[in-house]
Amino acid sequence: MTALDFSTTLGNAWFPAPTFTASGCASSGRELSQFFDLSDIGGVVTKSVMMKARTGRPTPRMAETPSGMLNSIGLQGPGIDAFIAKDIPFLIEQRSRIIVSIAGETVEEYSTLARKLRSISGISAIEVNISCPNVENRGLVFACDPEASKRVIDGVRRTIGGELPIIAKLSPDVTDLPSIARGVVDAGADALALINTVLGMVINLDTMRPHLGGKTGGLSGPAIRPIAVRAIYQVHAAMPQVPILGMGGVSSGKDALEMIAAGASGISIGTASFGNPTAIMSIQNELKELLVSKGFTSMRQAIGFAHRPEEV
Amino acid sequence: MALINKNASQILATVVSNKRVGQYHQLIINIGDLATVCKPGNFVAINVGGENSRMILRRAFAISRVSSSSTFGGTMELIVAPHGQGSKWLCAQTEGRVIDVIVPLGTAFGIPTEPVQVLLVGGGYGSAPLFGLAEVLNARGCRVDMLLGASTASKIYAPMEGKRSVNSLRIYTEDGSMGQSGRVTDPIRDLINDMNIAVIYSCGPMAMLSAIDAITRGTDVVHQCAVEESMACGIGICMTCVLPVSDTEGNITMQRSCIDGPVMDGAHVQWDKVGKTL
Repeated sequence: MTALDFSTTLGNAWFPAPTFTASGCASSGRELSQFFDLSDIGGVVTKSVMMKARTGRPTPRMAETPSGMLNSIGLQGPGIDAFIAKDIPFLIEQRSRIIVSIAGETVEEYSTLARKLRSISGISAIEVNISCPNVENRGLVFACDPEASKRVIDGVRRTIGGELPIIAKLSPDVTDLPSIARGVVDAGADALALINTVLGMVINLDTMRPHLGGKTGGLSGPAIRPIAVRAIYQVHAAMPQVPILGMGGVSSGKDALEMIAAGASGISIGTASFGNPTAIMSIQNELKELLVSKGFTSMRQAIGFAHRPEEV
Repeated sequence: MALINKNASQILATVVSNKRVGQYHQLIINIGDLATVCKPGNFVAINVGGENSRMILRRAFAISRVSSSSTFGGTMELIVAPHGQGSKWLCAQTEGRVIDVIVPLGTAFGIPTEPVQVLLVGGGYGSAPLFGLAEVLNARGCRVDMLLGASTASKIYAPMEGKRSVNSLRIYTEDGSMGQSGRVTDPIRDLINDMNIAVIYSCGPMAMLSAIDAITRGTDVVHQCAVEESMACGIGICMTCVLPVSDTEGNITMQRSCIDGPVMDGAHVQWDKVGKTL
């Protein structure tokens, strides 16, 4: 087998593999570390952390749908101080590369979170989650508002810009994703995470009411993969120089390669880990084999390959 | 935090037998040496639907009993009600089929260090893991009394051999088609007063667990219950199966029934807040 360079970069951060956990689908890595070595994957993207501990939304929080699921967690978490005290040291001990995902209720909260993380060593990048659909006030989904998105990213950039790559996580639930993406890149995002879950709903026919406690939830899994591939393709076409962390229903090496060809520099695996805790490992192996079988000598050659000009 | 699910492994396991028992299926599955680390209360998460299924999430099932010395090597027994698409698929898996399982998961019932008197309360097929538990308690020298309840006779799961490890067994059905007419929780208050019960172990619908908590609250009886909340992963990463639980200082947090449970201290679960915003 030819030697394959499997590494990738997101902004100025280098990773030995392009495969990551997806924020909110791996907690802070402890649970999955029972099933594989966290240092064997590209990195762990931790569950979005907020300033204060948060209990999240009421149950039921989950509904399985055809080839997908709806979740309505509502950013349950320990708060930034407990996260820094307990979760970061664990991940460092596991020799895991760490991307910390942050979520705020206000523009200021994002900058404050970034400031708290600034002095912590061992973090490779910050994911700024401006697109969680499970917050009480849908107006808080900054990523649906171009101006609010820019203000959040600008605030984070002023705090940690140039020190740690800033990855803005965007929602597909917008009319013109490339223009939102351009806005956050202009405001200082070094990379983009595409896509967050798609807003959905299930009605329970026993109660004849919305099934989820939070009524609406985020749809994930293979059902949304074509939406993710489209989003990545569109944004890469508009800004080929901006690295994209692609996600949305990836459950095989083929799925991962589709996203890379559409323009992703890295892939996050989320819902697939719920059905199979070692999904990331098998996706990694399948992706390597696929890249080699297609004649690539480095993963990076395949990024955006679907955009190449017509052969004459 | 202790190492989570430290004994759990993801393996391909062979179905040794699949028999219909009343409204349920009894599946015996070969899990090899993992049978020796399964404890009463633990559960298994099973991939359902086959390779091209549109069902992407594992299904969790309580392990009712394990045997480490059967002719097939280590096996686990599951009692499954074919209710949803996933459990129907599992119940259709015949002898020789290979399934993807992660086992053992979750917390186990705590076993008293002294040979105390205990009461086991099961609702519907929730009774299944109580028989395996009864064997362990019996071996500890505990006096084990059991109450089983269901809406109707065909939903009572009480295997003949299981009855050997209990000192008494009373059955309640809401329609009176088997045993006494009424709810399984009806006699508990009198039993607590008349007998010196130290621990109640319960497994069944959440309403039953909550009713037992209302009875044991304010008494010295410890209530260990196996909770049930819908799960996406079974291994602690999805945060969907949470319940409001208080810690020793009275702080209420959302705990995962897969990792912090399924066996929980009934007195710590905030039954009135289940399904509500905290």
